[in-house]
Amino acid sequence: MDKPAISIRGLTRRFDDLVAVRDLSLDVASGELLGLVGPDGAGKTTTLRMLAGVLPPSEGDAIVLGQSIATRPEAMKSDIAYMSQRFGLYQDLTVRENIEFYADLYAVPRVDLPDRIERLYAFSRLGPFERRLAGDLSGGMKQKLGLCCALVHRPRLLLLDEPTFGVDPISRRDLWLIIHERIAGGTTAIVSTAYMEEAERCDRVAFLHEGRLVGLDEPRALQGSLGADVVELEVDRPRQALVELARSPLVRSATPFGDSLRLVLRREADWSAVRAALEAAGLRIARADAARPSLEDVFVELVRRMDEARP
Amino acid sequence: MSGRRLMAVARKEVIQLRRDPRSLVLAFLLPLLLVLIFAYATTLDVRDVRLGVLDRDRTAESRLLVDAFEESGYFSVRRHLERYGDVDRLLVEGKVSAVLVIPRDFAVDLAAGRAAPVQLLLDGSDANTATIALGYADAITAGFAADAGRAGALRPPVEADARVWYNETLESRNMIVPGLIAVLMSIIAAMLTSLTIAREWERGTMEQLVATPVHRLEVVFGKLLPYIGIGLVDVALASLVSMLLFDVPLRGSVPFLLGTTLLFLLGAQGLGIFLSAALRSQVLATQAAIMVTYLPALLLSGFIFAIANMPSVLRLLSYVVPARYYIEIARGVFLKGVGPDALAGATIGLALYSLLGIGLAVRAFRKEIA
Repeated sequence: MDKPAISIRGLTRRFDDLVAVRDLSLDVASGELLGLVGPDGAGKTTTLRMLAGVLPPSEGDAIVLGQSIATRPEAMKSDIAYMSQRFGLYQDLTVRENIEFYADLYAVPRVDLPDRIERLYAFSRLGPFERRLAGDLSGGMKQKLGLCCALVHRPRLLLLDEPTFGVDPISRRDLWLIIHERIAGGTTAIVSTAYMEEAERCDRVAFLHEGRLVGLDEPRALQGSLGADVVELEVDRPRQALVELARSPLVRSATPFGDSLRLVLRREADWSAVRAALEAAGLRIARADAARPSLEDVFVELVRRMDEARP
Repeated sequence: MSGRRLMAVARKEVIQLRRDPRSLVLAFLLPLLLVLIFAYATTLDVRDVRLGVLDRDRTAESRLLVDAFEESGYFSVRRHLERYGDVDRLLVEGKVSAVLVIPRDFAVDLAAGRAAPVQLLLDGSDANTATIALGYADAITAGFAADAGRAGALRPPVEADARVWYNETLESRNMIVPGLIAVLMSIIAAMLTSLTIAREWERGTMEQLVATPVHRLEVVFGKLLPYIGIGLVDVALASLVSMLLFDVPLRGSVPFLLGTTLLFLLGAQGLGIFLSAALRSQVLATQAAIMVTYLPALLLSGFIFAIANMPSVLRLLSYVVPARYYIEIARGVFLKGVGPDALAGATIGLALYSLLGIGLAVRAFRKEIA
């Protein structure tokens, strides 16, 4: 494997009493797409800000594209692109003016610019709106414009903070297409998201909770690591079933999932025992299938284990 | 520093200004409006004092004296009174602010070479106007007495023939307007730039900007550039208005005024950027900019109160008020027509101010969140 694009060691950031990121260490390989996943307040934004060189770490360091973010935060800025969570472009500039502004800041050769802008328009489909003020775009188009501004200088590393937050499903798919295209072209990326189902699109997933790294692996490996059974179940009286299951010491969680219920069993538990308990309560089970654990199941389990391990 | 990045920041600022009517009003209309309002409101001259006349003599001589008051331009005769009893009523009702009472035998006494006293009653509730009107009245009667004396009787043995230079007509507006431009520009210049950096922090655009390779100096100077242009246009417009509307003379060198204005603007707008970068809030930065520029510029710059008459502590303090130097230069160039040699001290003062403003701005602006 090549030298990692990012090498994070003991990265910590405090805000007064609050530790937003605690002793984070991980490597990101060149050309890898890493998903930074966790609920609000997990430390995703703080981590990305430090990696982008806009927030100095309290302790630790990260070597980003060969440069230390603690001592030389400006050194790698022309090779990376950072897209903040909050829309950070100028709402009172047009689509094209925004792109040209960032092209100037990143010193994109002027002769290349018309061609690059055309390509950005081609995949973002923003061409027809180039004279529209950024503030008048829809949420999805705004994010696409943000990505266009971030990509105009062909960065080697993308740091995207919740790029799909509040974006309609179609635009969301477009955004991921763009990101995957870049990865295929050799770009490295860290993308944060609070949506668990999006994490499955990443090469690896880093779970963050309360500033700590609670899990780091490929999505499938994480799902396999749960070590507990997940059962999708259809019963005749789902509400009563939920009440019964909540009482059961064998079931970790039971959540309605469309017409069915989704059960995560305790590690030591056995499905037949749960089934027997439900039938003893007079419920009729129409269907029961073993299911693949979702990343959400894994995340919840990892957080539970972390909480248990704490004194 | 990259010229391209600096110009990109400057161009972006211009586009944003152009699309924001409020900014445009603040940048161009407000300074002009303030110059007009202040120039009209703060004139210290007294003109057309409303005068009532009670002429008990009713002779050619007494009418000559009344004409002398009228022709001076300082008084305008509004009422001719019949009885002494009306004097009080008119003054109380504010119909007139002064009443001239010419006694019987005025002409007789004058012809005989005797003292011929007249009475002037003034509404002292506006002490300033009353004092100035009294001064004018003294001058008018003295002139009248001299003319009358030349015809026969005594002349005053010594006569001071005073002449005022640089502002020959002693129009206070001439003195006020160049100073006013300086005072208003110290506030507006700092206020305009106090919004720029804070606005980007508040709107979230700064987080994106600091993640680019743009250099601090490119941001500060790129933002400064359009506002320097605006400041120069403001000063030019205000000067034109003063010259055309208020007949303020412009006797000195325009390039020198331009150069010193540039220094002054760099200092004031640098200060605005410093506050904007340090406070990261538009409201706070604007208030701070007004606070640190307005009161000192108004009170300690020599604009209203002569610095020479201040207690020594305040006099010392006035040396750190940049408006003091700019006022000195504005008055010197407009009224006296003096140049760099006479205003070297003030020019150095402004040069230091510009260095301080820029230095603070560059130091305060960090490419860091929180």
